[in-house]
Amino acid sequence: MEKKVIATTSLAGCFGCHMSFLDIDERLLDLIELVEFNKSPIDDIKKFTKPVDIGIIEGGCANSENVEVLRYFRENCKILVSLGECAIMGGLPAMRNGISIDECLEEAYLNGPTVQLNKEKILPNDEEIPMLLDRVVPCHEVVKIDYFLPGCAPRADLIWDALVAIVTGKEMDLPYEVVKFD
Amino acid sequence: MADTIKIKIDGKEIITSKGKTILEAATDNGVFIPTLCHFPGVPPKGSCRVCTVKVNNRFMTSCSTPAADGMNISNNHEEIVDYRKSIVELLFVSGNHFCPACEKSGNCELQALAYRLGMLVPRFPFSFPKKAVDASSPKIIKEQNRCILCKRCIKTIKDKEGKRYFAFSHRGNQLEVILDKQMGNTISDKLAKQAMENCPVGSIIYKGKGFSDPIGKRKYDKKPIGSHIEK
Repeated sequence: MEKKVIATTSLAGCFGCHMSFLDIDERLLDLIELVEFNKSPIDDIKKFTKPVDIGIIEGGCANSENVEVLRYFRENCKILVSLGECAIMGGLPAMRNGISIDECLEEAYLNGPTVQLNKEKILPNDEEIPMLLDRVVPCHEVVKIDYFLPGCAPRADLIWDALVAIVTGKEMDLPYEVVKFD
Repeated sequence: MADTIKIKIDGKEIITSKGKTILEAATDNGVFIPTLCHFPGVPPKGSCRVCTVKVNNRFMTSCSTPAADGMNISNNHEEIVDYRKSIVELLFVSGNHFCPACEKSGNCELQALAYRLGMLVPRFPFSFPKKAVDASSPKIIKEQNRCILCKRCIKTIKDKEGKRYFAFSHRGNQLEVILDKQMGNTISDKLAKQAMENCPVGSIIYKGKGFSDPIGKRKYDKKPIGSHIEK
């Protein structure tokens, strides 16, 4: 059987889902027998070098770069999986959705209790910096997502079972203990 | 006996007494019908519609419909389960339910229903409404982001004279359950804890201590909601 190709990315996430991915522990050795990795923070490949079978998305879309990367993944992956609460419903970054961008930036860079070094009172304005979206949105509201694995972070067993199911084409069980939203 | 009636739920014959609701008859006989706004001991309101069943091919809320002789009730039918799931999904998208950051996570009935009904992602778009948090009471935080307007706190949390601590405020999509300012200032520890307990979600939080049960030891970590009823 030809190896399936996997790519992963972290958009507006905390890398917790990737850490949970690594929590499959010694099953990683089985995994590399079944798949090869392409664009991913795990192997530090920056651009897709070939068509990818499974794209795993951690984090929702909080800025223009997140949207661009997500669309780049959709173009290059046959299957996209939303991994974790942030990708599925915006997660903790989406807690800013009830607050205006101005207020967020002012709190972070001007008025926050830990702001000390910003003497010139500059808000990030370089054109190289991605623009913040007016609200954080889940991935499936930007592109088509094929599968959803909830959790914060999703349990390693859930990630493993899902990957095995996708790679082998078999239907997966969803045991009660592993499907959780926290 | 004239007081005894027979009903059928998913083909299972149940003998119950006159005057009981379908929900009570089912619960007594080890059949789980999910509920959210219903609270045992207070009159049912039938507002959340999660306990909907099909009685002789018509949809009815089991919490508010009295059982009658010969009723043929469908409970775990695919169509009904999907309707219930869609209600839970609507509740998730119409509030701001950030489970990873919620004190009630693992003990939350809304979340437990989502687990039980197999919700992975809501089918509806998220609305991210703008809601406030009222932390003015010394004992209670009223988190409007998580409130599902079930009215359980309004119906069950009262002082000795029967005065209610919680009430509805505003109307339509502005509707909120609020804690009375004056009464909130003097609420007892016991009642404040009871209010948190009676809230199906994390909208009423007892101040001072959160996240006291570790993951794995909370109410719905290992067993689905309703498994204590099912035989």
